[in-house]
Amino acid sequence: MRDFSRQSKTSFESASSWLGRLHIDLPLLLLLLTLTSLGVAVLYSASDQSMATVKRQLTFFAIAYGAMFIVAQFKQETLMRLALPAWIFGVFLLILVEFIGVGAKGAQRWLDLPGLPQFQPSEIMKLALPIALGTWLQNRQLPPSFKDLAVAAAIIFVPVLLIATQPDLGTSILIAASGLIVILVAGISWKLVFFCIGSLIAAGPVFWIFLLKDYQKTRILTLLDPEADRYGAGWNIIQSKIAIGSGGIDGKGYLSGTQSQLDFLPESHTDFIIAVFAEEWGLTGVLALLTLYLLIIARGLWIGLNAQETFGRMVAAAVTLTFFVYVFVNMGMVSGLLPVVGVPLPLVSQGGTSIVTLMAGFGLLMSISTEKKRLWY
Amino acid sequence: MAQNQIKNVELELKIYRRRVLVAGLFVLLLTGILVARYAFLQVEMHDQFRTQANENRILTEPIAPSRGLIRARDGELIARSRPSYTLSIVPERVNDIDATIDTLSQWVTISEGQRRRFFRRVGERRRPFSPVIIRFELSEAEIARVAVQRHHLEGVEVAAHSVRDYPFRGLFAHSLGYVGRINERELAQLNAERYAGTLGIGKTGIEKTWEDELMGYPGQQEVEVNARGRALRTLEARPPTVGNELILTLDLAVQQTAFEALEGRRGSVVAIDVNSGEVLALVSTPAFDPNLFVTGISHENYRLLVEDLDSPMFNRAIQARYPPGSTVKPQIGLAGLHYNLVNPNQEIDDHGYFTLPNDDHRYRDWKPEGHGKVNFFDAMAQSCDTYYYLLAYEMGIDRYSSFLAGFGFGELTGIDLPQERRGILPSRQWKRDYRGRAWYPGDTINVGIGQGFFLATPLQLAHATATVASRGKRYRPHLVKTVLGDNSRAIEPELINEVEVADNDWDDLHTAMHDVVHSLRGTARGLSRNSSYELAGKSGTAQVVGIAQDAEYDSEELSERLRDHALFVAFAPYENPQIAVAVIVENGEGGSTVAGPVAKQVMDSWLLDDSGQLKQEFQ
Repeated sequence: MRDFSRQSKTSFESASSWLGRLHIDLPLLLLLLTLTSLGVAVLYSASDQSMATVKRQLTFFAIAYGAMFIVAQFKQETLMRLALPAWIFGVFLLILVEFIGVGAKGAQRWLDLPGLPQFQPSEIMKLALPIALGTWLQNRQLPPSFKDLAVAAAIIFVPVLLIATQPDLGTSILIAASGLIVILVAGISWKLVFFCIGSLIAAGPVFWIFLLKDYQKTRILTLLDPEADRYGAGWNIIQSKIAIGSGGIDGKGYLSGTQSQLDFLPESHTDFIIAVFAEEWGLTGVLALLTLYLLIIARGLWIGLNAQETFGRMVAAAVTLTFFVYVFVNMGMVSGLLPVVGVPLPLVSQGGTSIVTLMAGFGLLMSISTEKKRLWY
Repeated sequence: MAQNQIKNVELELKIYRRRVLVAGLFVLLLTGILVARYAFLQVEMHDQFRTQANENRILTEPIAPSRGLIRARDGELIARSRPSYTLSIVPERVNDIDATIDTLSQWVTISEGQRRRFFRRVGERRRPFSPVIIRFELSEAEIARVAVQRHHLEGVEVAAHSVRDYPFRGLFAHSLGYVGRINERELAQLNAERYAGTLGIGKTGIEKTWEDELMGYPGQQEVEVNARGRALRTLEARPPTVGNELILTLDLAVQQTAFEALEGRRGSVVAIDVNSGEVLALVSTPAFDPNLFVTGISHENYRLLVEDLDSPMFNRAIQARYPPGSTVKPQIGLAGLHYNLVNPNQEIDDHGYFTLPNDDHRYRDWKPEGHGKVNFFDAMAQSCDTYYYLLAYEMGIDRYSSFLAGFGFGELTGIDLPQERRGILPSRQWKRDYRGRAWYPGDTINVGIGQGFFLATPLQLAHATATVASRGKRYRPHLVKTVLGDNSRAIEPELINEVEVADNDWDDLHTAMHDVVHSLRGTARGLSRNSSYELAGKSGTAQVVGIAQDAEYDSEELSERLRDHALFVAFAPYENPQIAVAVIVENGEGGSTVAGPVAKQVMDSWLLDDSGQLKQEFQ
């Protein structure tokens, strides 16, 4: 126990203890700054070199870093006190979306309340859910009992189902993942894990027939055979694979990707931005970007391992591993490994509130990482 | 309780560390899968995807060559190119074609017919992603309006094409012909690669015969396009090869003179250089404006042309077959001299008709009381029919047919124009083949004055007259003098055959034709007045028979169209023949008085200099 806490005192932290007082985790901050800078550069290229898009993104990053800094100042005690009201409030807003939500293309995801900018309540849930779960498990004996698990399952699946029926498959997957990760690291027995996975696979056909909407089926079928509808459903994935593949090892050079600059690649500045990056920076760039993501994830897990309390450990693992789910699902779907679901490449794709939510999540990590120092003052 | 919790914390931590380790390994595993996937796409499949990316962005487009110019003999441009702006839609790049057309019609006039023809062209065989034209000849205002709205109009293109322009309109219509839009039947037979990007093809006239030379060869350019098919820049270009330029044998002044001399009446003039077969003028009136056809003629204009009783589209010079009447007497007379059937100075006594032995049918002279005593020269000058009835009777149809064949009657002259008709040179064989009847002696008498079955085109008459003028040298008539370009050359005269006749027979014939104009009793003696050179000629009238008796013609119109055709053939100068002319004025009645002056004006315009004197080179 003691050894552990000493190990966590990296040279960075001791060299700049004033950052600790501000509850800033320097390695994480540096990694995030690197990633967001790179992200803005890629976005500039992917948005047909639109300064307006870049400025908008920079504004959101400014807000997001601010949110991260604010969240980092919270004591974990405070966070735990806020957890349940936040979760209930989130669920309330999600139910509200069901009735008065607005949106496009048959999906109701947004709330347009007077006096507030339009926002997606599911964003709130991205943070509220792991905090609520962490709080619930904080006072439980681990590994959790079956009764505890049932409560945890309710905490997870009430909002997940509400989001899934909007429908917003991408977000519901991300939020479900954040919850399941918590249960997994809390020590749920492997037997139960494999049993659940097995049941899910067995229930696959039921999902296919009764639950999946036609467009979702199309996405899955498109994954298996994009050429079947070359100019329709298959177009995005065909063009993104061409973009990635034509980039080769060294890439075509910044701002020189023909697929993206000549608009063959749809959604190039949002969900498909990795294809622009892969086309212009090649496999070399992809490996560098993955390394950057892995370093962030490693740092996040490190923070979790050094956390003092269950709450911190649970939240750190959830935030960090969900971040990886983002990366994997996005890069997997753009390269044709996974069906196309609406998951952006974190901190690189153009985004608004989702960037703020992500960075607020890193604020949680920083709060956890600097909790010990908080005790001294 | 507290004890218990501490133990639990340690257990918790142990489980947590183990689980995080597993999660970390899982992260590495999934990252490995991503790396493998990207490496597969970017290394293993790189070549294939690079090719596909290039196919996406690089569009190989043909560049249509500009069509070769056509000039008159003296260099005047008579067929040139002008830019024409078209509006096209790429059907593959438009979601809803109907909606797009509706949108477009806010700024550009698009008629129902144009819309219908557009959909027909969309259905025709064509390269995918190639633009299909919906409107030709956009006005400046329409171009501007479309340009302003361009960003709203995906898959819509405005392009400049080079199209044919005929500055002299109808003047050369029947020799130049015209270029029109390639239709589906033509498309099926064309070399698709050569005609890629080209809109028009020669439909008639020189434009059609010389299509291969005029066409040129297309170039190619590789352009970078974006996903919406808009060309962004040219990567590589191979310029097209311009079509060859043609300099015609037609002389602008002679052509214009002939055209104006006909004064819009139905008729035709053909003038030929007797020493080469070069056609100096080829006129058929009324004419039409070939510019109407260049980007597709409207239904209304086409209906007007087709329904016009005067048939302006009909090329009388090479397609109308008229009974030549007395204008073939020179050749028949020459046959008489050649076969020693007549002594030119020996007279016959003409009482106004001829009868066959044992037959009381009278073959009448045009002069009811007869010409009295006439020799070969008088018979030619006065166009005595009885003399020629007798001559034909003595000659017989076989010698008649074989001798006149030497002048090209009954066969194509082989001029470089499409759709020439061959006329009819009557013979026993011809009548058996085409009428299924035996030749009767009476048939011979009728053809003796160029009537009966005999039919010839104005071109054939000019051609036969030129052969007389050159003392038997029959040159193929042609319209192109020089080709300039990748295979520059002068078109050499082509001697088809030579009519072998003794010199004194030629002298006698020329004298007789000279008398037609220059003797006191010559039918065309009016032409010699104020002439600064001597000429030889022969007048003719042809009866109009078998005109379609359409009940809808009004009676005045009908009677006008039943009048005899006026014909005149001539060559000049008499001593040194240069030009041969054939003139026909439909229903003009007076060969010498109506057709003759036209021939004289045409010859004047070729032979005389500005001061009205015979040009130095023709003396």
